[in-house]
Amino acid sequence: MKNNFGLFIVIIFLSFCFIIFYKGLNTPNTYAPQMDEKKDIPTFKAKEFDSNNYLNSDKIFEEKIFYIVNIWASWCVPCRIEHPLLMQLSKNQSIKLIGLNYRDNYKNAKKFINDFGNPYSRILIDEDGTLAIEFGAYGVPETFIVDKNKKIIKKFVGPINMEIVKEIKLIIK
Amino acid sequence: MKFLKIFIIVFLSVGFSHLKSDEKNDEYKNKILKNIRCLICQGQSVYDSESEFASSIKSIVNKKIKEGLKEEQIYKFLREKYGDWVIYDPKLNKNTYVLWLLPLLLFLFGGAIIFKKLNNQK
Repeated sequence: MKNNFGLFIVIIFLSFCFIIFYKGLNTPNTYAPQMDEKKDIPTFKAKEFDSNNYLNSDKIFEEKIFYIVNIWASWCVPCRIEHPLLMQLSKNQSIKLIGLNYRDNYKNAKKFINDFGNPYSRILIDEDGTLAIEFGAYGVPETFIVDKNKKIIKKFVGPINMEIVKEIKLIIK
Repeated sequence: MKFLKIFIIVFLSVGFSHLKSDEKNDEYKNKILKNIRCLICQGQSVYDSESEFASSIKSIVNKKIKEGLKEEQIYKFLREKYGDWVIYDPKLNKNTYVLWLLPLLLFLFGGAIIFKKLNNQK
């Protein structure tokens, strides 16, 4: 009877360990960013691409409209793929696109904009990538939707596609 | 000649003390960077990685240290941006209870078995 109880305890204990490890191994060990968490836009000061003037974030997001913050770089190939869609989005009057030029060379970035068009109402220079970190980004391209209350309501990691454009249009409606 | 000697001694001591403080700052910064996970790398810390993401994190940690933020404040800032996963040293919260308490439970369970066995032998 005593031996059976011991065996029972051991089986329960092993089963418990098995469940813990099984669950642990099944959970992906990679970073999955939070896409829908509402966060305030960071407060920052950034250099503007064309004027070289420093702007405060409250000056950048001053209107009560939706903003799309797009992190891009001339060396980023997926940025070229999403660029026509950004051009399409820029025609929408109810949103403004803010470009964050990430760890780029000015000349190359200028050439990129001249070649493919400028969808942004403002481009900010993020020379050392710290501005992207303030937004919680981890690469390029990355796109954030900022609502009228200055909250980041959605983020898209990687190049945007037609589906995402439809989703953005639905959100800003 | 005496003046020159004094000058050399003062110059060297100031120079070396500056180097020493730089070294100390680097050590402090590296300690923080080693505890931050590179989110786009496979099992690498920000300190070990040369990726764009890691370089950006290195820059922001540098900036925050210069602004006077302490180690815990920098971790808090990064946790707010990327969640608990970005720091290697996990905090005790509802998601990490099992991680922190399981070893303790195992220790107590094993200890109880040994204690019981020893008692039985007596």
